[in-house]
Amino acid sequence: MDRLNMKPDMAVSVAGIALRNPVMTASGTFGYGEEFVDYVDLLKIGAFITKGLSLKPRAGNPTPRIVETPGGMLNAIGLQNVGIDAFIAKKVPFLRSVATPAIANFFGDTVDEYAEMARRLDDIPEVAGLEMNISCPNVKHGGIVFGADPACAAGVVRACRAVSKKPLIVKLSPNVTDIVAMAKACVDAGADSLSLINTLVGMAIDIKTRRPVLANITGGFSGPAIKPIALRMVWQVARAVKVPIIGIGGIMNATDALEFILAGASAVQVGTASFINPGAAQTIADDMEAWLVANGVADVKSLIGALET
Amino acid sequence: MQFTSMILSNVEVSPGYWRMRLTAPQAFAAAHAGQFVMVRVSAAIDPLLRRPLAIFDVGMHTPAQSGSQPQPFFEMLFRVVGKGTAMLAALHETDLLDVLGPLGSGFDAGSADEEKLIVGGGIGLAPLYLLAKGLVGRGSPVRLFAGGRSRDDILCITEFERLGVECYTATEDGSLGEQGFVTVALTRRLDALKGRATLYACGPDGMLKAVAAIAAERQIPCQVSLEGYMACGVGACLGCVVPGREHSTQTPDFRCVCTEGPVFSARDLQWTV
Repeated sequence: MDRLNMKPDMAVSVAGIALRNPVMTASGTFGYGEEFVDYVDLLKIGAFITKGLSLKPRAGNPTPRIVETPGGMLNAIGLQNVGIDAFIAKKVPFLRSVATPAIANFFGDTVDEYAEMARRLDDIPEVAGLEMNISCPNVKHGGIVFGADPACAAGVVRACRAVSKKPLIVKLSPNVTDIVAMAKACVDAGADSLSLINTLVGMAIDIKTRRPVLANITGGFSGPAIKPIALRMVWQVARAVKVPIIGIGGIMNATDALEFILAGASAVQVGTASFINPGAAQTIADDMEAWLVANGVADVKSLIGALET
Repeated sequence: MQFTSMILSNVEVSPGYWRMRLTAPQAFAAAHAGQFVMVRVSAAIDPLLRRPLAIFDVGMHTPAQSGSQPQPFFEMLFRVVGKGTAMLAALHETDLLDVLGPLGSGFDAGSADEEKLIVGGGIGLAPLYLLAKGLVGRGSPVRLFAGGRSRDDILCITEFERLGVECYTATEDGSLGEQGFVTVALTRRLDALKGRATLYACGPDGMLKAVAAIAAERQIPCQVSLEGYMACGVGACLGCVVPGREHSTQTPDFRCVCTEGPVFSARDLQWTV
């Protein structure tokens, strides 16, 4: 192969959504897209995922909501978002102007709320696909997190699947005993794709005040420190289900992203890295292409699940 | 904008407080008083996040090489509070830093003829020097009220005096200026002015709350510059929010310190702390 003139094929397809490259931005780290136009050419990334949306606007948690820990950070934002009505009125017009798939992340407190969200998002042509956050407490079932129980997760996925024709991605929580059982339950219930992992529940303590650092006491742990756990879970799930996997967890550079692809991910999401370098997703996509060129790989798809064990 | 900046100097101006001067791109010369930068302390993953720091000053310097064109610089005044700021304090001339900025809103200069009363507590003076410089430049009468726990927490007063700003100081231990809170001297000046003034404040929450209450009681405009725990500085992480005046759980009105602030009109915020 003529390496100097090679333009590798970076395109992948996830849940029927065609991506120009495998690099997306993770929900909650990229606003509604518009916040990053000064730093990222949206035409150079595969897709972007919106901040998690709910039926009503959500205030979120009190502050402090964020604390840094070695190699990572904890956040307890509390799913603050503008709500579906303001999303449609104020954020969707921007999505229309960008020729990059926008995927709407959403959640609810009950199965009915999830389904209502899926139904309303299904009507928005600018939304290329849906990503369900199932890491929320099920209000009607004693507050157990939907994503911590396979039957509970299957129920909510089935309810959303029934009312939406859009590609449906389910974002898995790592705070479970058996991630593979969760993955299978969601796929059986109609998920077109799985994204993993969401944040790990953690906490930080200030010994001077003898108090937790976060007002919410616990928060979601993200950043490069969680990558080994995320890689392990992506590898386990990718072997167990047939739908495409989106790898998430501590991706800071193209090497990290390629590790997830080798583990079985068809695409990746860049999260915390965008906080440190707002242009991180684009840099990672560019560097991944350069790596393919340098290593004579003609098609990124040939690396998906190419891990040798 | 994101740029690589070279440190021109890094000096401890008072125990635990440092003043760093860095190179900046041409466009940075237009930074407003009150804006801030997010600095990556090291390229490693610990510390992971950038540090938000106020812009203390901007100006032009001429590099030592002959024939060099003047280039913009900016300065940051910071206090060593943890690992990240300790690493910043250990950096030297010619070291490089990854900088994002200028970010956020700046102070509003208001009408030039009214007296401007600037209140700073400890490291809260950091965004107020560039403000004072701008206000003096517009011909406004400017007074500074600087407070701190002790004399070590009263920073760069001579810099303000050199601008022609009249400075009042107060310390809790009485080691410099009046003993007690600086709001006492502020109130005296406001009494003398009979309510024709604009207030600007930056400092600890208790001080800001006291200044906001004084402004509200006398119905005079007051702008405050806030700090917040933030990961991104560009409005995405929602870590640094503060409640707006009408905020409630039912009708959320959180404002991002990074993009809607860090400067706010005091009356637009809820002063519950």
